[in-house]
Formats: sequence, structure tokens, C-alpha cells
Amino acid sequence: MSVVVAYSPDVYGKAALSYGATEASRREEKLIVVNDTKGDAYVDKRLAPEKEIDALRAELSRLDVETEVRQDVVADVAEAVLQVSAESSASLIVVGVRPRSPVGKLLLGSVAQRIILDATCPVLAVKPDGAEGLS
Amino acid sequence: MGSFDLLMQGFESALTPTNLLYACIGVLLGTAVGVLPGIGPAMTLALLLPITYSVEPASALIMFAGIYYGGMYGGSTTSILLNTPGESSSVVTAIEGNKMAKAGRAAQALATAAIGSFVAGTIGTILLVLFAPSVAKQVVKLGNPSNFALMALALFAVTAVLGNSRLRGFIALFFGLAIGLVGTETGQPRLTFGSPLLADGIDIVVVAVAIFAIGEALWVASHLRRRPLDIIPVGQPWMSKSDWGRSWKPWLRGTAFGFPFGALPAGGAELPTFLSYITERKLSKKPEEFGHGAIEGVAGPEAANNASAAGTLVPLLAIGLPTTATAAVMLLAFQSYGIETGPQLFDTQPILVWTLLASLFIGNALLLVLNLPLAPLWAKLLQIPRPYLYAGILFFASLGAYSVNFQWFDLLILLILGLLGLAMRRFGLPVLPLIIGVILGPRMEYQLTQALAISSGDISTLWSEPVAVIVYVIIGAALVFIIGNGIRTFARNNNQEKVAA
Repeated sequence: MSVVVAYSPDVYGKAALSYGATEASRREEKLIVVNDTKGDAYVDKRLAPEKEIDALRAELSRLDVETEVRQDVVADVAEAVLQVSAESSASLIVVGVRPRSPVGKLLLGSVAQRIILDATCPVLAVKPDGAEGLS
Repeated sequence: MGSFDLLMQGFESALTPTNLLYACIGVLLGTAVGVLPGIGPAMTLALLLPITYSVEPASALIMFAGIYYGGMYGGSTTSILLNTPGESSSVVTAIEGNKMAKAGRAAQALATAAIGSFVAGTIGTILLVLFAPSVAKQVVKLGNPSNFALMALALFAVTAVLGNSRLRGFIALFFGLAIGLVGTETGQPRLTFGSPLLADGIDIVVVAVAIFAIGEALWVASHLRRRPLDIIPVGQPWMSKSDWGRSWKPWLRGTAFGFPFGALPAGGAELPTFLSYITERKLSKKPEEFGHGAIEGVAGPEAANNASAAGTLVPLLAIGLPTTATAAVMLLAFQSYGIETGPQLFDTQPILVWTLLASLFIGNALLLVLNLPLAPLWAKLLQIPRPYLYAGILFFASLGAYSVNFQWFDLLILLILGLLGLAMRRFGLPVLPLIIGVILGPRMEYQLTQALAISSGDISTLWSEPVAVIVYVIIGAALVFIIGNGIRTFARNNNQEKVAA
């Protein structure tokens, strides 16, 4: 069993991570942080730079549960998160939801929405609330 | 009328609102494509060639010149922020520029690149204005044999001197020459395979679009998913007083390297940028900073690449010889207007040429004004997903190729040559010799037949002019040097093997 967090290096991803970490500790389950990219642009600002990932790993190692940080190049980010959840038989997926304009929704699909609709386990959708750090 | 009056006239027609607008579009577009790796000014010009059918020559050429200069600017942004050169001419900039950015000095690196490019571009354009007309005056006196020899030199230099594999270079060159042969130009059909559709030859626009745009799009499609690179966030570019003090000498030295190399038939910006980098490292008062982000290592090469861009316009305008891919496509633009390129250009099209030269000054100034405040915006372009980008490129490529003759056959040629372009990228064949071969091949043949017609078939006419002899001696000397070098390396490798055994 595990808790899967869909992570991005912004307030939304950080909010998801802080809830996910709390939840994993409470359930005493493995915490899997997924920060995937489609890899079809030269720069993807939703992909955390390597330095940040190293810092994140160091920070997560202080938690009392087993943790894993993944960064893969995949065809579909939502699909990849769902696949990781299925493989690790996740009990919970945590996603950060971001405000979207109608045009933004039209042009770019929403990763959070697809995860919420397609997941086979409960999904916790969180919003940044002056996000606190890892507890 | 002196050059100065003509230049002022050029400014007069370049500063009309319409032409100014085209200059703006050109520099914006040029910077944008310069920023994006893989999409360069040559591809952009090839895609835009069809617009030459509906826009006035001066306006189109002003825009093209803006794209050419803009591409040089844009490439440095990607080099510095991403450590991936946006253009081959910015490879050296990435060495120190990215180190500077990592050390938190991205703003200064971008500023010295932009201001250095402006300084070098302006000096280079002044030199161009001074030299090109007098070169043209000399070249116009040359006969067919000398012109033939000059073209042979350009082909040889582009193929053998640039690029690291001569075999690959010559393979690409002969592909180009073979494509240039197709048609019935000489009276009898060559390589037409009995098809009347090939009788008129393959349109060079289709070749350029296929090799630059389709080849690159297919190549990117076959390597679509890669880990995105970590970009370094940047604010407004600026420089401190000590940065200015360390930058202005490298700018001037870079210009001194760039312009002559650009003006030589073996042009291109790779060599002078590299030489400038080495020189700055030697002359620097703080050599220990090199390798950790020395501002001199950005200022010099960036000035060199812009000066060489100005330099390549000397052979293009004064002799009609393109030495870079972008210059080659610009030559196509001249041709599609039915403008005869060559030394007589300054006499037959004075207004057009001087408007173009004046627009270079304007474009350069525009680039400086645009680039300093817009740098963070340009960096955002890199977030565009490649599929969107290349879908657009494929669309314009097909549209452009079809609009040449409005026949489906051109689309077939486009696809076949596009696959050739993909194969060339796959096997590391340089694109430049092919495109120069396609353009210069038929023109060389014309010079040769003219020369032989005048001498009524006596082949010794080819070395009857002193300029031709000098050019052949240069080619011969270069050949001997290259072969000698090859033999020495071969012998050394053999010796090492013997020692090892």
C-alpha cells in the first residue's frame, strides 16, 4: 500500500506534497512522489530541476515512512501517475488543483482532472493554503 | 554618386512605415527562431520564400536580413540560459555563458551578448558598406573562367574546410550537385527519368524547404521525448561598470575575427567564434575565471558571430556567392524576383541593395532595443511543446512547396527530399554543402559552358586568367595541406598501433 503524490515545483505541488506526507505518516504507508514530464518541450517548468529533486529527497528521508521520488519521461503524465498508483496498489492519490481559465482548459488538458476521474482509489484534491512545509 | 549618398537614399526608403514594419517583423521572428534549437534562420527563410511572390522585393529582403541578424542574437539566449546552442554559431558562447548563468550572472551574460552583437553588427555593416561595392567593381571585370574558379573555391571551402568529416561533406556536396543536374537546361534531359514533370528541374525552393524544414521536423519527431533541460531564470539584462570595462575589448577583437572570416568564401561563424574564445582566454587578466564564467568568453565570440554574419553578405552581394545556409536561401529570394545576382547587382539594383544595407543598421538597432527588455519573454518560447511547433512548420513547408507550381508532384519531391534530409541528419552529413551545391552547381555549369563557347572548346581557357590561376593555386595548396595532414595522422596512428603491438 502507498500514498502517491502528483508533484510539480510550485505552490500546488508543494501543497499536495505536504498533505501527502502527513497522510503517508498517519497511514504508515510508503510515500511515492511522481514528477513526470511529457518531455516534448525544451523546457518544462512543471519538472523540478535536479538540484530541487536532490533537496526533496534529502528532506523526505527525514520522514519515518519509506519514500520514493520518481522523474520519468512519459507520453501522458496523468496516465503515468495512475499507472504508478496501480502498480504500488495505492490507497490514496494526492493532487494539487490549480485555477484554470476556460481558454486554458480548452487548450491544455488538466492532469488533476483526469487523475480524479480515472483513478480506482480515493483521490485527495488539495489547494495551497499558505502552504506549510513538511510536517 | 558616392556610397554615402546612396546609403542615405537607402535609409530614406528603408525608413518608410511599411519597410520599418517588415524590419520589426524580421528581427522579432529571427530572434524567436534563433532562440529555439533546431529551427534556424535558414529554415525560416526557406519557409518564407513563397511570400516573395506577393511582397515587394525591398520589403521581403529587409525582413530576411532582420531574420538573419535576429537569429544570431537569439541563439545566444539559449546558449546562456539552457547550455544548448540555439544556433551553431553560438556553440562557443555556451561554454562560458552558461557557467556565468549558473553563477547567477545570467543578466550580465545576456547583456554583454546583446550589446556586443550590436557593436559588432554595426561595425561589420559599416565594413560591408565600405568593401562590398569596391569588391563588386573588381569582380565585375572578371571573365567566365575566373567566376568558374571562384565558385569552385566556394564549393571546395564550404565542403572541406568547414565541418569535421570531409567524406561526409563531399557526399552531401555531390547530392546537391546531382539534384542541381535534374532537368533539360542543356537541351538534353538529365536525370529526369523520362518524366516531363522533372523536365524543368527541381525547384530550389522545394529542395531548401525539404532539407531544412521537413528533414528537421522528421528528425525531431523521431527523437520527440527527451528530458527537458533545467533553465536558469533570468530578469532584466544589465551590466555593471566593470563588466563594460571587461567587455569592450573582446567585442572589438571578436569583430576583427568575425568579419574577415565571414567575408571569405569559406565563411561561417564557427571558426571565428572559436578563435575569438581562444584569444580571449590567452589575453585575459583573469585566466583563472575561464571555465567558471568569464564575461570575456561571452563578449568575444558573440561579437565574432555577428560580425561574420555581416561579413558573409560581402560575397553574397558583391559576387553572388553564398557561403552560409542562410545566405544561400537569401540568394534564392533574389532569384525568385528575377534579380540577377553577382557583381553587377550594385549597378542594376542600386536602390534595392542600398535599402537592404541601410535596413541592416536599422535592424541591428531594433534588435538591441528589443532584446534587452524582452529576454525573459524569449526564454518562455522554450516552453512551447515541440509537436505544436513542428506541426506548424510542416504545414507551412507543404504550403510553400505546393505554391511554387501548384502541382502535387512538388509535394512528392518534398517528401522524398525530406526523407533525404532526415537520413543526412541521422548519418551526420552536413546540410550546407548540399544546398550550396544545388544553387552553385547549375551556375558553375553556365560559367563553364560560356567560357568554353567563347574559346570554342579550348579547355586551356579555364586557366587563362590570373585570378583563376590564383584561385586554383589556393585550392591546390589547401588540398595538399589536407591530404598531408591526413597522411601524417594515418602514419601516426599506424606507428601507435605498432608500438601497441
